[in-house]
Amino acid sequence: MIPLEGHVRIPSGCAVSAMISRDGKRMNGESIIQSMIPMHDRSNGLGGGFAAYGIYPEYKDFYALHIFFNNRSAQAECMALLKEYFEIVQDEHIKVRKMPQITDEPIIRRVFVSPMQSVLRHLQIDEKELVVRVVNRINAEPVGSYVFSCGKNMGAFKAVGFPEDVGRYYRLEEYEAYCWTAHGRYPTNTPGWWGGAHPFCLLDYSIVHNGEISSYDANRRFIEMYGYKCTLQTDTEVITYIADYLLRRQGLSLDEMASVIAAPFWSTIEGKSEADKEKYTYLRTVFPSLLVTGPFSIILGFDGGLMALNDRLKLRSMVVGEQNDMVYIASEEAAIRVMAPDIQNIWSPAGGEPVIVRVKEGAF
Amino acid sequence: MNFYPEFEVVRNDSRCIRCRVCERQCANEVHWYDEDGKVMLSDESKCVNCQRCVTLCPTRALKIVKSDCRLRENANYSDQTIKEIYRQAETGGVLLSSMGNPNPLPVYWDRILINASQVTNPPIDPLREPMETRVFLGKKPDHITRNADGSLDTKLAPQLSLSMPVMFSAMSYGSISYNAHASLARAASALGIYYNTGEGGLHEDFYKYGKNTIVQVASGRFGVHKDYLEAGAAIEIKMGQGAKPGIGGHLPGTKAVGDVSKTRMIPEGSDAISPAPHHDIYSIEDLRQLVFSLKEATDYRLPVIVKVAAVHNIAAIASGIARSGADIIAIDGFRGGTGAAPTRIRDNVGIPIELALAAVDKRLRDEGIRNNVSIICGGSVRSAADVVKAIALGADACYIATAACLAMGCHLCRSCHTGKCNWGIATQRPDLVKRLNPDIGSQRLINLMDAWRHEIKELMGGMGINSIEALRGNRLMLRGVGLTEKELEILGISHAGE
Repeated sequence: MIPLEGHVRIPSGCAVSAMISRDGKRMNGESIIQSMIPMHDRSNGLGGGFAAYGIYPEYKDFYALHIFFNNRSAQAECMALLKEYFEIVQDEHIKVRKMPQITDEPIIRRVFVSPMQSVLRHLQIDEKELVVRVVNRINAEPVGSYVFSCGKNMGAFKAVGFPEDVGRYYRLEEYEAYCWTAHGRYPTNTPGWWGGAHPFCLLDYSIVHNGEISSYDANRRFIEMYGYKCTLQTDTEVITYIADYLLRRQGLSLDEMASVIAAPFWSTIEGKSEADKEKYTYLRTVFPSLLVTGPFSIILGFDGGLMALNDRLKLRSMVVGEQNDMVYIASEEAAIRVMAPDIQNIWSPAGGEPVIVRVKEGAF
Repeated sequence: MNFYPEFEVVRNDSRCIRCRVCERQCANEVHWYDEDGKVMLSDESKCVNCQRCVTLCPTRALKIVKSDCRLRENANYSDQTIKEIYRQAETGGVLLSSMGNPNPLPVYWDRILINASQVTNPPIDPLREPMETRVFLGKKPDHITRNADGSLDTKLAPQLSLSMPVMFSAMSYGSISYNAHASLARAASALGIYYNTGEGGLHEDFYKYGKNTIVQVASGRFGVHKDYLEAGAAIEIKMGQGAKPGIGGHLPGTKAVGDVSKTRMIPEGSDAISPAPHHDIYSIEDLRQLVFSLKEATDYRLPVIVKVAAVHNIAAIASGIARSGADIIAIDGFRGGTGAAPTRIRDNVGIPIELALAAVDKRLRDEGIRNNVSIICGGSVRSAADVVKAIALGADACYIATAACLAMGCHLCRSCHTGKCNWGIATQRPDLVKRLNPDIGSQRLINLMDAWRHEIKELMGGMGINSIEALRGNRLMLRGVGLTEKELEILGISHAGE
């Protein structure tokens, strides 16, 4: 029997792509879908997905839960659980375009929720923590429900299939976002499961990732000390939790987080100024178990921006392009040329050097 | 009762040139020259098979072989068991032994295999890419704090910085020689790691290596005073030792001579027998008081290590220590060495370090307190592969002592307690001590560590890991072979093929 997702660790190669408007201009999903086509061979049809930011302006104060249900009873059970903690503002189908390339569809719903104040007061936690706890609980229990996106004014769309087909399936040309990220997956030992496709999301963080990290179990065993549960056993999942832990719970900046997960080499630190030396040494001393080794290129999307990062040896390709207010990032230059055919300014960021792009204050 | 000796000296008379080097080199007085017959003779009953004469014989005329004259074979009552009974019937004494447990009990290191990258991610070549082995030992904060200007507050609890995750474990001045200590201290300084004084105090000549010294406080408090505590880079409270859990240290009076007695602050020739417990620690809350007394005495500048023997309840004990204010826990497995221990204890008490380490690392993570302490693993770490396996199981660093002694020339004859070490290590006899040249001894220790560091890097690179931090606790990089479900469960690893 072929093992199921989450029962074994699944390494996978991949393609990533992203586009963001620094002016907060909203663009439909056509371009990002197109960008995945020249990178078709980097995926094997076992997973594709997209994350989009700024797509629900009319519901921007509510958490948008995108959920897969295996069947009606799982849906009923999950909704009952949600109602214990949240007001349900809206509960609807995510519209799809049926197509022969996409099969074995689960029930796909979008639920806008608002945390109940009484629950927050009782548990004495903030609303983000509540969302994380409830989502982790639903996803950790094998009842056939899987929340694959739970941020505000953003959403992930993913399925088993090639990414360009997945984009068409979810009718992404009908959504308008100021930032899109995309992922095509090449897993090596799974039959492919919808929840296992990427992006992987937690709150407004979404991660698309290309590579196989060699530090996986060191990272996993550390992060699981802090209440996270790595049920999928994928790199992307653990990187998302690391991002959440460092950014939200420890309050590190994006730059500081980059110097934890793709820490500068000691030999590089030696050559820095005294203040930087102290800072980098501190971060490596305090968070040694969150250093991520092995090849990776990741794009971390968040509310109002994104960050792209390579492993410190740059064992995976990743290029960045810039044109006017737009920034494009992809595994291959060809993908950027599809999104912006006459782009001039294209470069490869060095290993471990974060590329942080933020939308202008107030523009989204 | 007289037995045929355990070893035979086989001398090829046609090769022997009567240079008498064997005679001069043997502190056990096995060899002598017979003037009348112009031949070398030997009393094999005194031989401990230390190989000194074999190594130095210029014509290779000598070899020591195991005697084949044995008692009648019996799978239950082995030759050794029977002879031990005879010896005890004769003397009424407790049997003494040295070095680690030699019995054929399971060595889990040898049942664990290491991963390597193929296709889905690349192995990294340490000859061409940076490969990092630096480790910091000490308590890590749960939360970062910031200064008023928003910058990181980089103050940390005291940390030990190691260029590679291996240190020289505790061996007291007394159990080993001045020159052996000098070799260890110099090598640790040159390597950017640490050596450990053991429980015999610190010779005043070695204070200058303090930056690379861990000073030990054991139950006998031998050689402990304020200057001593302040001389090192860390203080280790020795609660127990893998070779003899449940009892204190033991230095035979024959070794407590000259500077050894001065450094230990005990009369010459007196047996230095440490109490089994620390008499101010009868429970975990007492340990906390000693930890903080030592920190108080040294202005909180130094990390405190608590060393314990791996015993049945080790996970719970370690959890208690992690909450005691200690910065580092050193766990010593039952195969760890010693300069002298009761044979029955050495051979029957304690548990294997691999299982203890895995259980402790898991327990501390389950309780969310793994960051409170670093873990040092000792008790028969024999090679770079053992180090890599220990780190992947969850250790921050390893302690080695037997391997370090071997590097200095020890041939593992397990007779340290006699004080007649022909290699100048476990002895205080000046004529023997001078056989160990600290220039050579320290260089050989440096060579060994250099070699291990290269091997660690090769193994890490093969796994696609370019920093030792990413290996720590990375149990997915390990697989067991020929282990039971239960053993795999405790080690927290899968079986090969899974």
